[in-house]
Amino acid sequence: MTTPFLSVERLSQRYPDGEGGTTTIFENASFGIERGEFVVILGHSGCGKSTIMNILAGLAEASEGVVIMDGKEVSGPSLDRGVVFQNYSLLPWLSALKNVTFAVAARYPDWSKDQVLSHSKKHLEMVGLSADVFNRKPSQLSGGMRQRVSIARAFSISPKLLLLDEPFGALDALTRGTIQDELLKVWAGTNQTVFMITHDIDEAILLADRILLMSNGPYARVAESVEITIPRPRNRIEIVEHPNYYAIRNHLVQFLGKRSKELAGPTDAAENRPVTVRIDKTAPAAPSPKKLAV
Amino acid sequence: MTEMSVNKRAAILSFILLFAGLLLWEAVIPAQKAAGELTEYERLTGGGAQKAGVPPPSQVLEKAWEQLSNPFYDAGPNDKGIGIQIGYSIYRVLAGYVLAALIAIPLGFLIGMSPVAYKALNPFIQVLRPISPLAWMPLALFIIQDSEASAIFVIFICSIWPMLINTAFGVAGVRKDWVNVARTHELGALRTAFTVILPAAAPTIVTGMRISIGIAWLVIVAAEMLVGGTGIGYYVWNEWNNLDLTSVIFSILMIGVVGMALDAMFGVLQRFVVYSE
Repeated sequence: MTTPFLSVERLSQRYPDGEGGTTTIFENASFGIERGEFVVILGHSGCGKSTIMNILAGLAEASEGVVIMDGKEVSGPSLDRGVVFQNYSLLPWLSALKNVTFAVAARYPDWSKDQVLSHSKKHLEMVGLSADVFNRKPSQLSGGMRQRVSIARAFSISPKLLLLDEPFGALDALTRGTIQDELLKVWAGTNQTVFMITHDIDEAILLADRILLMSNGPYARVAESVEITIPRPRNRIEIVEHPNYYAIRNHLVQFLGKRSKELAGPTDAAENRPVTVRIDKTAPAAPSPKKLAV
Repeated sequence: MTEMSVNKRAAILSFILLFAGLLLWEAVIPAQKAAGELTEYERLTGGGAQKAGVPPPSQVLEKAWEQLSNPFYDAGPNDKGIGIQIGYSIYRVLAGYVLAALIAIPLGFLIGMSPVAYKALNPFIQVLRPISPLAWMPLALFIIQDSEASAIFVIFICSIWPMLINTAFGVAGVRKDWVNVARTHELGALRTAFTVILPAAAPTIVTGMRISIGIAWLVIVAAEMLVGGTGIGYYVWNEWNNLDLTSVIFSILMIGVVGMALDAMFGVLQRFVVYSE
């Protein structure tokens, strides 16, 4: 087996529980992400999704285990791993444009001012922002616009891995939809590897190549890896008519509603790799492996 | 009837209050009786002598006009123009204040960044902060042996605390997300301090600076009354000794005006650094 582009190996996170013992959030989690893949992780609160993301970003350290990206161990934050946070994390004293140029200048210190500026503007336009909002401060932008700036900033530094931490969690449903489209459009042109957290099942199906499902914590693990067998380009309206859509969606709902609880608790396995699940109704000839929760 | 704007109505009310206050002041001051109206007995008991009373506002205005039309004259150590006196005071305040800022802001940064430094220095700050700045004066005079430098030291010691505490508070309270933005963009410690932490904490720091300059201006008057020689505080005390109450009232007003101007300067600075989330 070849090593994937990003390899998470036997990652565990434990905290002292305040009574002398430890609480294990997740244990021996192992999974991989291929270059150019869009992977979404789904799970209930408290299963450690955000912790995994912070470890991938280098903002937190795991109790045990390693993350290897592109042959090198991840330690500390780096420009190779861009992060879009749920609360946008724009610097409020800088204009939208300056929030991007500051990142671009950090990424490409040799570039001239003009280069930095045109590169930044290009990315702001890519996410659908027009020139008249470039000079506005984040407080003068709507939530959706702020998150666009944040996405533009992340794409502008072309990180090897893009981490999205519930990027649309704070947006209303309509805005969320348009920005999802925007994100898909920008992503399609880049071959960017993305790892994203969300709570929204439909969002996950729309965006992902693969969805990782986590069982409940404590002792959570990445239990399944569900392939999204719906061809790209996808869009929100047509995707629901694809024969695989509801099959996959039902599987996810079943998992989150029932099986994530049943699977909770410690295991004896030295390594918890997710089981691959492939649901494809368009190819009935191929015997579908694994259980189909319909 | 057309509605006047709030500002206009407030301005009119201010003027009414001002004139009413001045009229009241003028009215309550008992007029000196002219010598011709006195009885013989009153003349014999010294009733005709000029009584030192609180001067009416008209006299204060006259004094103000006289002083402000030639503020920078210098006729020896006991007779200098109001401009020169205020100039000395501002120089002392700024000298002590700048020294305090040079120490308080970097130190505040350190305390804000490091919980260990915060805990280690906190007891000292808590003990030293409530000490009245004038209590330092004898010690300063003894150690420094120079009244001018002692006044500056007193300003230094009174303006350092609000700046130190506010800087530490502002730096410690910088949102973790913004620091994470700096970290994920691989900014070095110095770049992070200047491009993220400083602008994020700037509103709190400038608030501390504004409180400090206000305290420094309060303290300089008292300090100059003690050390003497020059300055607006010395001027007030000197005119009191001269029993020239007109000058005393005039200089009290000037202290207020300069204090307001200093505060307004920091108000402008505050508008520059403020941001809304």
